[in-house]
Amino acid sequence: MQKQEFTITVYTENQIGLLVRIAIIFSRRKINIDSLNTSPSEIDSVHRFTIVINETEDVVRKLCRQIEKQVEVLKTYYNNNDEIVWQELALYKVPTDIIAEEVKVERLLSQHGAKAVVIRKDYTVFEVAGHREETDNLIKVLEPYGLIEFVRSARIAIIKNSEGFHKKLKEFEYREPGEVATENEFLNQNEEVFSM
Amino acid sequence: MKAVELVEEKIETKKQMFLTGGQAVLEAFLEEGVDTIFGYPGGAIMPIYDALYDYNDRLKHILVRHEQGAIHAAQGFARVSGKTGVVFATSGPGATNLVTGLADAMIDSTPVVCITGQVFAHLLGTDAFQEIDVINITTPVTKWNFQVTDATEIPAVLAKAFYIAGSGRPGPVLIDITKNAQLQQFEYERYEKCNHIRSYRPKPIIRKKYIEAAAALINNATRPFVIFGQGVILGNAEKEFKAFIEKAGIPAAWTIMGMSAIPTNHPLGVGMLGMHGNYGPNVLTNECDVLIAVGMRFDDRVTGRLDKYAKQAKIIHLDIDPSEIDKNVKTNVPVWGDCKETLPMLTALVEQKNHTDWHQKFKDYQLKEDEKCIGPELNPTTDELTMGEVIKLLNELTNGEAVIVTDVGQHQMVACRYAKYNNSKSNITSGGLGTMGFALPTAIGAKFGAPSKTIIAIAGDGGIQMTIQELGTIMQFDVEIKILILNNQFLGMVRQWQQLFHEKRYSFVGITSPNFVQVAKGYYIEGQKVSEREKLKDALQTMLQHKGSYLLEVMVGKENNVFPMVPQGKGVSEIVLSKEEI
Repeated sequence: MQKQEFTITVYTENQIGLLVRIAIIFSRRKINIDSLNTSPSEIDSVHRFTIVINETEDVVRKLCRQIEKQVEVLKTYYNNNDEIVWQELALYKVPTDIIAEEVKVERLLSQHGAKAVVIRKDYTVFEVAGHREETDNLIKVLEPYGLIEFVRSARIAIIKNSEGFHKKLKEFEYREPGEVATENEFLNQNEEVFSM
Repeated sequence: MKAVELVEEKIETKKQMFLTGGQAVLEAFLEEGVDTIFGYPGGAIMPIYDALYDYNDRLKHILVRHEQGAIHAAQGFARVSGKTGVVFATSGPGATNLVTGLADAMIDSTPVVCITGQVFAHLLGTDAFQEIDVINITTPVTKWNFQVTDATEIPAVLAKAFYIAGSGRPGPVLIDITKNAQLQQFEYERYEKCNHIRSYRPKPIIRKKYIEAAAALINNATRPFVIFGQGVILGNAEKEFKAFIEKAGIPAAWTIMGMSAIPTNHPLGVGMLGMHGNYGPNVLTNECDVLIAVGMRFDDRVTGRLDKYAKQAKIIHLDIDPSEIDKNVKTNVPVWGDCKETLPMLTALVEQKNHTDWHQKFKDYQLKEDEKCIGPELNPTTDELTMGEVIKLLNELTNGEAVIVTDVGQHQMVACRYAKYNNSKSNITSGGLGTMGFALPTAIGAKFGAPSKTIIAIAGDGGIQMTIQELGTIMQFDVEIKILILNNQFLGMVRQWQQLFHEKRYSFVGITSPNFVQVAKGYYIEGQKVSEREKLKDALQTMLQHKGSYLLEVMVGKENNVFPMVPQGKGVSEIVLSKEEI
């Protein structure tokens, strides 16, 4: 199995220490986290972790089961890049005088969809939301013009075919949840099971 | 006048009760049915100990000699009784001394609740005296942990702690309580047991489809093989398990943790799996056509090399923990659920069979093992005593009724290979973590968990010295433990590996011992030492019949090895019966 980028989405309770519990599942196995974001979710009391790693699907599936085993984790999903809509936000600080002088720079910025957030006499801060390549490209573009500071946020992602978490949460609040915790690759392969 | 009366009445009906945080902890224990606590006091847990002073009539506190001893004792208590063990320790070093036991309980799924004291909340993060970040230190080795800084949280948090520790796949839970919360008075309403946490599902849903698929595989199998672990014991499913294998007529082998779930002399029991397990079960794992794993986790000591493990077989895995399915060995049919519930469903669907020819294969391998390993170990012709003959005599004298707590190393493997058990929860050993020093403190806890049983702690000369201070606990609380030291004057298992795989370069494995009998005498514990075969039986008899604790040191052969053995990096069917085969 080939390594590829996977985005892991974890719905959790809001609990101090849970970040460590989740982080050590990766570090214990010497797996690097490429990006990690925590945020509120569509449900008031439920938090949402978005974790990006580069691994084989087999490893990712096992990691998700380990994450889901944590007491305060409600549900874990993993998706490849085709199954999600995602964005990262990047901020660029550039000297204002150069931008003012060079018309070319302004054109480049608008080509990359950059938007000015703050304009001061000494510097201007632009933001770009997009995929990694897009925000990376703008660094290269701005470097010759004296890029002062650059920062990029973690990935946030929406799962294309998800119906959200409201229904699932109701099931969890029930004594007996309505669906199983884990998927198995043999799930939809009855013939595999019986082929003796 | 009337008005005043009314006010008084109102107050009375409200029945206000004020408790300190410390008292609330003990109230929670009583509600959870706790009667025995293993602990060690210290500065940051003093308010709880102060409260304990008034609960002395309802809660027994066993003062150990080291916090590691406390948690091992709680593990022993839990493992023999099926109840949750409870530990008190103070902050800082008290808490860090628990870590080995927590890790042991985590990997062997033992329900334990540890309460640690912590410095005042306003001192957190200031490097205060005996302050340590116990929550983060223990995160990888606990099923759940939580820091309490306000007394009002205590009843709910402890209810959650007991629920999490004991439900689903059990495990250790640590609750860290700051000193201000222990002292704080609050209006105590009532204790409500926890039986649901929305983000925690202790038991996965059982799906009939997979039970049916599993039954179909079993019914079509000609060489089915059951391997089982501690899940059968933790799920209280011994009866259900026996019913299943007896109806399906399938040979069953146990892991070191599953041992004693069925009597060791059960006709379908074919022995122990793993590195030093029996010959037949290991070899035939690679010849069976359907492998049914019940409540076990395919530890590397059981599977050997994974790419040479049961590749020919269809694999059915019954486990309560979904993360165990496909973790090490790919499963064809996953049967999620508590095996107490799934096994009867499976039993109902499987056909009654005998598989006589298949059983014969196990017997054939047994004969080879008898000749090459078991015979020489149990009936040696050399002058030196073997560990095996000691265990054999012990079997004769206890009739399989004793609880045997082993330490870690050669004696552990020999004891698990040869000890006979009639009852479940009789073999207590550190399987996953392999904690030397486990036997003595664990045996103490086991005695409190099963007071009517004979508890025998078997340890090597290395392991016993790691926690020998717990003789003090035995002395103070008059605990009746039979301590059997099998002394080969080496750290035997490491020596065996150095002999077999490191050209006999014995690097720091020779270990000297004190006069154990004298040490025991210092603690007012009777004992003796034997090294002659003629005196062995009498000595064991004396140990077992002695009223009170007793220490028996048996000098055994210095350079004996444990065989059979699956050498590291080899497949289970590459198991060898002697060192010449390596």
